[in-house]
Amino acid sequence: MRIESKQAFEEAVKAATALNEKRTREIMVCCGTGCLANGSQAVADAFAQRIGDLGLDVKLSLHAKTTGCHGFCERGPLVVLKPEGILYTKVKPRDVDEILEKTVGNGEIIPRLLYRNPENRQPIEKYEEIPFYKHQVRVSMRNIGRIDPASLDDALAHGAYAGMARALFELTPEQVIAEVRESGLRGRGGAGFSTARKWDATRKAVGERKFVLCNGDEGDPGAFKDRSIMEGDPHAVIEGMVIGAYAIGAREGYVYVRDEYPLAVHHMNLAIEKAKERGLLGKNILGTGFDFDLKVSRGGGAFVCGESSALMRSIEGKIGEPRAKYIHASDRGLFDLPTALNNVETWSVVGQILNQGGAWFASMGTKKSKGTKSFSLVGKVKNTGLIELPMGTTLRHIIFDIGGGILKNRPFKAVQTGGPSGGCLPADKLDLPVDYEVLSENGSMMGSGGMIVMDDRTCMVDVARYFLNFLIDESCGKCIPCREGLKQMLHIFDDLVEGRGKPGDIERIERLCKGMQLGSLCELGKSAPNPVLSTLQYFRDEYEAHINDKVCPAGMCRELTTYKINHDPCTGCHMCTRVCPTDAISGKPKEKHAIDQQLCISCGSCFDVCPEEQCIVFLPKKDIGGAHATAGN
Amino acid sequence: MPRLVIDGKTVVAKEGTFLLQAAREAGIDIPTLCEHPAVEPYGGCRMCLVDVTRPEWDGWSKMVVSCLFPVEDGIIVSTKSERVMNTRRVVIDLLLARCPNTPLVQKMAAEYGIEKTSYVQNPEPTDCILCGLCTRVCDEMGTSAISSSSRGAGREIAPPFNEPPPDCIGCLACAEICPTGFIKYETSNSKRVIWNKEFEMLRCPTCGRGHITKAQAAWHDGKVPGRYFEQCDACKRKAQAAMAVTLMGGSQIR
Ligand SMILES: Cc1cc2nc3c(=O)[nH]c(=O)nc-3n(C[C@H](O)[C@H](O)[C@H](O)COP(=O)(O)O)c2cc1C
Ligand code: SF4
Ligand code: FES
Repeated sequence: MRIESKQAFEEAVKAATALNEKRTREIMVCCGTGCLANGSQAVADAFAQRIGDLGLDVKLSLHAKTTGCHGFCERGPLVVLKPEGILYTKVKPRDVDEILEKTVGNGEIIPRLLYRNPENRQPIEKYEEIPFYKHQVRVSMRNIGRIDPASLDDALAHGAYAGMARALFELTPEQVIAEVRESGLRGRGGAGFSTARKWDATRKAVGERKFVLCNGDEGDPGAFKDRSIMEGDPHAVIEGMVIGAYAIGAREGYVYVRDEYPLAVHHMNLAIEKAKERGLLGKNILGTGFDFDLKVSRGGGAFVCGESSALMRSIEGKIGEPRAKYIHASDRGLFDLPTALNNVETWSVVGQILNQGGAWFASMGTKKSKGTKSFSLVGKVKNTGLIELPMGTTLRHIIFDIGGGILKNRPFKAVQTGGPSGGCLPADKLDLPVDYEVLSENGSMMGSGGMIVMDDRTCMVDVARYFLNFLIDESCGKCIPCREGLKQMLHIFDDLVEGRGKPGDIERIERLCKGMQLGSLCELGKSAPNPVLSTLQYFRDEYEAHINDKVCPAGMCRELTTYKINHDPCTGCHMCTRVCPTDAISGKPKEKHAIDQQLCISCGSCFDVCPEEQCIVFLPKKDIGGAHATAGN
Repeated sequence: MPRLVIDGKTVVAKEGTFLLQAAREAGIDIPTLCEHPAVEPYGGCRMCLVDVTRPEWDGWSKMVVSCLFPVEDGIIVSTKSERVMNTRRVVIDLLLARCPNTPLVQKMAAEYGIEKTSYVQNPEPTDCILCGLCTRVCDEMGTSAISSSSRGAGREIAPPFNEPPPDCIGCLACAEICPTGFIKYETSNSKRVIWNKEFEMLRCPTCGRGHITKAQAAWHDGKVPGRYFEQCDACKRKAQAAMAVTLMGGSQIR
């Protein structure tokens, strides 16, 4: 039934909440992309079927539902049981009966399925007590993992659309913008531009039609926060966009979703359809007379399509290529009409800002960066996944308390933030509070919140090369500095990692970086030098070692590194022989092993598995003498 | 009308023009590689970069491409600041690496003191500078038969799927606008070949010269009155002149 008044909205929320409260026991199966890949749909189906078969839903007010991503995909499929909040990890369909019988039936815990703290192998029962979750403050992701994204009632029971109702029933568009201004909200898609200022400019622009757009292109390698929001709580995005449209005076909007995100497209479409049915979207929203139509537009399949002008071209049905222009999208954006584009995460917090007040949001964070921010924590940390924290949290807290520290307790070397436009920060920056200004001042970027943690076995020259390699395929190729500059930069880096570096290369790199920064057409090319410049800033000695000594200090560049087995510590455990892809290691079990340098391809697999200290070591290739030298001699 | 200062010279520009035009009208030369009056500005080559500031900006300035930057009252433009020159030098050096044998590129590089690229030279030299003029003029014609394909370093101008472009009408607009002569074609009174597509020519009934392709005449059909394209331009002009002579008794035509 359509909701057409304030009273009707309140009643609908009340009814949804009552239904929710009746379900005293809930089994929530994560069906985000990560868990689905691990087979969570079969688990969800098994629960639904068994509960139906046994009539448990009636007897125990038991309800099983699928939710969005908890951000902890590496332990999936995840199952959370309410009311206790028990978390089971890596659940298989064959575990379903046991969970129903023991935990649901008798309140008994199944230790095998519990999460174990990687620090001490101790099992942890409750979701909320796991360090990965305990330290988080979730605003954008508040309902992900709690609600069934396909159920509008479930969303309503968890506070969805309350902020929108307040905006439409109680506030003028100017007051909405004032509330957002007070919150201090800045764009979560990269540049951190003030959301209120953008909306205000679009509101004031003259145009017969205006648009609001949501950027769900999320192209940074490893990033998946926007996907999780669209999949797990699409209503938060819709709510934010209705509020923004109302504030700006827009009647139309698009959610631009990356083409590789089919589940996000599906959930967004489903949510739009349901919101329309209930009068939360479309014509005459909540009976207020305000119309707003929202559509999903599928991405053009390129990283650069996430860039504002390219995204708008792509929605217009043209090739998603950036346009050089000196007129803001707030004046002339989509179809040359006033347009406000925001990131998924930006939109997803707007409803909460309207519901809880700008001052509440601004009470979190730092002086200039307010509220919370999501990060995709990946790389060499024990717990990887999606997290949300107040701005100003230190890198150390994120990496060591939430991430659980470095894998295998190796030394921390650097953290890369901000994706291909960002930079690397070394260990002495670990205590920096993370916000827009601090990251930029230190040569990195907030970007969309990617965080890649690196240990001592990471070559910083190679890290820069990795991002260049990513970008060279993603540059649209329209302008010379970016297209040709990336190609030439990669030539130089290939030389560095393969031992052909020459004096003057660093200066050549710096000159090229400057040319690309100043000369490129769009931010992709302008910011492409950042990973290079930040590694050069903090790890210049590594560049010099590659160029002057033909040495990779981290022992990662294959052309510069070789491995050898020290006789004394070798126990002949035979682990290394099993992983060597070229059978370069000889030696019988329980006897000393040796590496044949002619066969060794310096892949480092043996080094990674060797359980002994100082047994397999890496050293500069040039130190081993001719190719005929045998390790251990 | 906006008043601005370009390289120390006060210039009064027409409202709504771009900086490049304003500079040219004032006799100030700015290098360009992707600009042409027949098509919309593109901002791809980046050679026309200039520095723009205002007195109230306290010494801060921004770099913009002049082919796309609309003139504003009160701006102070420097077309040859040190960083402008340095950036152009990097850009043309990079282009020279791509097109080492192209006279247009060699000449512009030489103007920036570059005889030989300091980067790795393209093992397969090309004359295509990817200025996008050909695809833009093709769009302007309304045919859109050719476009750029592939992203990034692999970008090239090509018909779809590298086959003879189905929408091509053989008008030669692309080849004529191409600043380096990269787009090759053959034409005779009976036949024309461009982009590996063969066209039959329409012969002028007056002089017998094959002046446009039949495909182009057909494409114009209905868009232009009558059989306008049947006669070639030269014969049309002659006919018009002859008509004028008849009408005016020939006294004014020399
Ligand atoms: C190459 C490139 C890729 C981008 N990709 C994204 C993206 O995937 N998602 C996004 O929100 N913003 C992306 N941006 C930033 C957008 O241009 C734009 O600033 C942003 O969507 C504005 O929203 P916000 O103010 O909420 O951050 C990208 C920018 C560039 C230059
Ligand atoms: S900077 Fe790169 S991505 Fe942006 S327009 Fe130029 S070539 Fe395309
Ligand atoms: S002429 Fe302005 S960018 Fe090419």
